[in-house]
Amino acid sequence: MNQAILDKIESEQYRKTPANFCVGDSVRVHTKVVEGDKERIQIFSGVVIGRRGHGLNEMFTVRRISYGEGVERVFPLHSPRVEKVEVEREGSVRRAKLTYLRKRLGKGATLVKEKETKLSPKAKAKA
Amino acid sequence: MLGLIGKKLGQTRIYDAKGVMTSVTIVLAGPNRVLQCKTQQSDGYNAVQLGFDDQKEQRLTKPLLGHIKKQNGVAVKKIMEFRDFTKDVKPGDVVGVGLFAPGDYIDAIGVTKGRGFEGVVARHGFRGGDSTHGAKGWHRRGGAIGQRLFPGTVMRGMRMPGHLGQVRRTTQNLQVLQVREEENIILIRGAIPGSEGDYVVIRESKKRPKGWKPHADRPENKKAETKKK
Repeated sequence: MNQAILDKIESEQYRKTPANFCVGDSVRVHTKVVEGDKERIQIFSGVVIGRRGHGLNEMFTVRRISYGEGVERVFPLHSPRVEKVEVEREGSVRRAKLTYLRKRLGKGATLVKEKETKLSPKAKAKA
Repeated sequence: MLGLIGKKLGQTRIYDAKGVMTSVTIVLAGPNRVLQCKTQQSDGYNAVQLGFDDQKEQRLTKPLLGHIKKQNGVAVKKIMEFRDFTKDVKPGDVVGVGLFAPGDYIDAIGVTKGRGFEGVVARHGFRGGDSTHGAKGWHRRGGAIGQRLFPGTVMRGMRMPGHLGQVRRTTQNLQVLQVREEENIILIRGAIPGSEGDYVVIRESKKRPKGWKPHADRPENKKAETKKK
């Protein structure tokens, strides 16, 4: 019973709009930033290089190259300050954590191979 | 002094209104049954006897059951007394988490987790020795416990290894973050003594932080009232 109550309290705080993205995707994270008494949206875009934890404690890491310097930010998935996570480009990866991107330089550091969507012959014909 | 007997359910975290993650302890505190009201005239002091955790009547001893029945009560596992209860109650009443409101400050009393026989590093926070730089076999020791021929004895109260934990402890001035009356649950900021499933006492804090005001007198609650008018 105790665990049920804990689960209930935690699940109440899950984000209302689920964020569907995977490791390797290029995303734009919209975060709420409070400046004085004003609130605005700041966007952090990069490649998702890992997701860890589960339930309310799930976090994800986004890596980007900013002015030639690698920057990583860790976001709590269910934080109300994370407004939404927009997927720009789906990536195709074979690992759960993309730490190998840290060693890469240049274009290879910012992009992951694009996911090949399996299209039915009909859809292909349309394209 | 308001107080309740509760049961620690566990810890988790919640996001507050600003989106800041805060750790909370969840306490099941109710229904608390009023079993007896002691008064200055009849008992020499004012107090309220509360009972928590209902159970089968057959599990109680007959004298205890008799006492409870006399006051129109229900069989409970845990009985405690609270001195100078500020709310007017009579035997047979039920009190719950509604005694407290979000923003109130409380003290949580519980029995800390027992650690068994512990050394001075864990028990008293001694530094111990170096783990490297040639140190050998002198890592978690306490060092000397006395001086020389004079005074020739170990001072009283010298901190040494021994039993740690499993003692009654009070954590003061914890903030109430949420009160859920329908579930009898109260969410308290931070940690409280004891392991999950232990009985704890939640009472009004004795030393409130500066500028503390009762729930209704707080500016944010006052504003809401005037707006309604």
